[in-house]
Amino acid sequence: MTAGPLLSVTDLVVDFKTRAGNARVLDHISLDVKEGEILGIVGESGCGKSMTALSIMGLVPNPPGKITSGSIKLGDQELVDMDIEALRKIRGKEIGMIFQEPMTSLNPVFTVGEQIAESVRLHENVGAKAAHARAVEMLKAVEIPEPEARAHAYPHQLSGGMRQRVMIAMALSCRPRVLIADEPTTALDTTVQAQIFDLLQNLQDETGTAIVLITHDMGAIAELADTVAVMYAGKIVEKGKVDRVLSHPDHPYTKGLIACVPHLSANPAAISERLMEIPGVVPALTDLGTGCAFAPRCSEVITKCRTDSPRLFETQPEHKAACWVAQKEMT
Amino acid sequence: MSDTMQPAQPEPEIQSTSPLREMVSMFMRNYAAVAGLVLLIAIVLFVFVGPLIHRTDPFEMVWAPFTFPGQEGFLLGTDYLGRDILAAMMVGGQVSMAIGLAAALVSVIIGVTVGAFAGYYGGVIEELLMRFTEFFQVLPTLLFSMVIVALFGASLLTVTLAIGVVSWTAVARVTRSEFLRIRELEYVAAARSGSARDLYLIFKVILPNALPPIVVQANLMVGSAILFEAALSFLGLSDPNVMSWGQVIGSNRPYILDAGFAVAIPGFAIFLTVLAISLVGDGLNDALNPKLRQR
Amino acid sequence: MGLGQILAKRVGYGLVLLIAVLILNFTLITVAPGDVADSIAGDMGGADATVMAEIRERYGLDKPFLLQLWAYVSKVAFLDLGYSYFYNTPVTTLILEKLPATLLLVFSSQILAITVGTLLGVMAARKPNGFVSMCVTFLSLFGFAAPVFWSGILLIIAFVSIFPIFPVGGMSSAIMEGGFFARAVDIAYHLFLPMVTLASIYLALYSRLTRASMLEVLGSDYVRTARAKGLAENKVFYKHALKNSLGPLVTVAGLQFSAVMSGAVVVEAVFNWPGLGTLALQSILARDTPTIMGILFFSSFVVIIVNIVTDIVLRLIDPRIRSS
Repeated sequence: MTAGPLLSVTDLVVDFKTRAGNARVLDHISLDVKEGEILGIVGESGCGKSMTALSIMGLVPNPPGKITSGSIKLGDQELVDMDIEALRKIRGKEIGMIFQEPMTSLNPVFTVGEQIAESVRLHENVGAKAAHARAVEMLKAVEIPEPEARAHAYPHQLSGGMRQRVMIAMALSCRPRVLIADEPTTALDTTVQAQIFDLLQNLQDETGTAIVLITHDMGAIAELADTVAVMYAGKIVEKGKVDRVLSHPDHPYTKGLIACVPHLSANPAAISERLMEIPGVVPALTDLGTGCAFAPRCSEVITKCRTDSPRLFETQPEHKAACWVAQKEMT
Repeated sequence: MSDTMQPAQPEPEIQSTSPLREMVSMFMRNYAAVAGLVLLIAIVLFVFVGPLIHRTDPFEMVWAPFTFPGQEGFLLGTDYLGRDILAAMMVGGQVSMAIGLAAALVSVIIGVTVGAFAGYYGGVIEELLMRFTEFFQVLPTLLFSMVIVALFGASLLTVTLAIGVVSWTAVARVTRSEFLRIRELEYVAAARSGSARDLYLIFKVILPNALPPIVVQANLMVGSAILFEAALSFLGLSDPNVMSWGQVIGSNRPYILDAGFAVAIPGFAIFLTVLAISLVGDGLNDALNPKLRQR
Repeated sequence: MGLGQILAKRVGYGLVLLIAVLILNFTLITVAPGDVADSIAGDMGGADATVMAEIRERYGLDKPFLLQLWAYVSKVAFLDLGYSYFYNTPVTTLILEKLPATLLLVFSSQILAITVGTLLGVMAARKPNGFVSMCVTFLSLFGFAAPVFWSGILLIIAFVSIFPIFPVGGMSSAIMEGGFFARAVDIAYHLFLPMVTLASIYLALYSRLTRASMLEVLGSDYVRTARAKGLAENKVFYKHALKNSLGPLVTVAGLQFSAVMSGAVVVEAVFNWPGLGTLALQSILARDTPTIMGILFFSSFVVIIVNIVTDIVLRLIDPRIRSS
């Protein structure tokens, strides 16, 4: 095991050119994932979680998107501005990815076995037969019943949960070092969600693959992740060990997210009226002011929040938050 | 797409203009469509106002046959009978355009009726009407209209009907799918459950809302009807006493190697007209269905 | 439902359509002014009322409509489409003689249009604002607006006077010698211009269609998945995206087929291609009704078969349709 992080994102900035002007979709994002670790990225829709994942894969839609600055390192390989051929050898091989929509993420006109085997043949020097055998093996590994028969099924013949298992099988088929799971359970039933999370946990225990788990569900983070990064409007507003962040959230936004999950809150009665949701909406990224982006929705807002944007600072060792109030309380 | 794909695009600025004005401004922003419209107006002026200025009988022999365009004062030359092609283009254009419009009207009337009833009633009626439509799709259109013209004689009326009767299927399909969609909308469902009569609902409630794609389709029908008429006249299956663009091509066809221009010029006139119509059609499509293009 | 069952169902439906075509045919003949007796009498140079009545009786024209219809349909069931008074040949023989030429023209032009159109469409979709894309847009405008006989004639003028390498009329050279291969080359040589003319309209349509459906498919999640696997762009385009775009293309190609048959009539006339279209034109000018009706019937027959094949191909391409 290496001591340094396996995947390291530093000061990543991604901009989108829109008709309404430039939108800074990711604003100086820094993240580290160690081998065998699960990093959770949490936030509402549009906060930049998925864009972080796409940036790592080099799949930011361009145009209109573009990585403006920053670095993404896998081991000691720099992925930003990497030659496309070299990047292709990393996609699917070193970093696997599963997407939010299992219903539409698999190609409807190929069997699931073909789609998994395609990935295997692409990255490993094996024949068609061996690749198919690996596909069946992977389907078995993701606990799909009758994997030999299912390998010949088309995506539409499988349920959503099964399709997501296929996606996971495909993403793990070349034994990647990092697995990025972008909202892997959002589109699924609650019971199926739990099964998929269990599966991810088991697979991770077996293979030691590092996982970046992107979700809007603090409950899932609590259950699976080792570390967590909370994102809001393209920025990381809080990050640290899961236990610490959940028990001592410093950012009001994190507090709100935790409050949305009843069994996570330390004192359910006290926050019961805020239980349902955080009021307000994520602001348009094209007209962010100079202040904290969360200020309009924040219940603890102070004057400084409206004029200056807070930076991440350490509230504890390995626990950072970007909030003026939290900073004031510290000092 | 994923949530981050929409970096909060603000709503397009809300204008308090009427829908019609918005459509016009939408259309005007499409330069190709505006060019098409200008071209179309120019052709209409040429065809209908031109003969008032250029007073030559297109049926009269005015000079030696096959006079090259520009020579002897004949801007577009003369045909195999020594008739002025410029005059033929004007008068022939009137016929081509009139037949195009009338035949498109026939096909729109049939297509809208079939499509509207199929889409509104659904069930067995829809099944039967759509099978009927499929049946007409199986018949090779040109052959079918050739047969009609052959059996009932070549006159302006039979040619127009022959074209209209074979080309309504696309209109029917468009109308039906619009009706299927609008039928389920709340205000229609509410009206249906009330005491409103079917015919009232079909023609007064649903049809006006289904018009945009039908208008676009109808516009294209005019273009293809002009082409259709040209093909029939080219094959010699049009009223021999009436001059149209296609007929000029057909009658000069044996002499293409001596005087290609006598065929090329009317063909170009048809090409320009249909091109103008389809450019306008694209613009109409954008203006009437703005959602379609905002992808 | 298995493929066999679907095929059986489609064939059954095709038969119903064919019978409908026959009924239409017969109704048109009956409704139209003048009948067989008139045309025979015309050939004889006029006949008095008794002779006319005799003829009508002989041909069963005095029987009720439905009986006549039944006689007609049951004759056609045995491929008897009547007798051409003009050519002095059974209509079926006449048509089967000319059908191969038309099918050759129609299918070769469709294959050309589909392959080149698809290729252009994919290339245009790779660079939606690039040069090929612009060409596809212009081509599709031209393809829709240019009358097919006009572009054919322009090609003739070009190839006769400017660039005389291809023959501009007929299907084979007058002097017939050499073996099968030499004949095939000779026919292909004659086929070139008519094929290109007929293909041009559909090439424009298919390239525009492929471009549009490729652009739509390229935005879908599974294309992103394919990229996330590390697939090269060529594979993403030509394997994952194209196979999904083929559905609309095949559907439209099938729907267009009756229009293609119509286009063939005009192209045959332009290039003196000895197929069904030329035959149709000649028999219309000769008022040879049985032949005209036979051609309409056979053309519909071909369209129905192509529709069935289209349906099967569509099912082979898209497993979702297959199992629904």
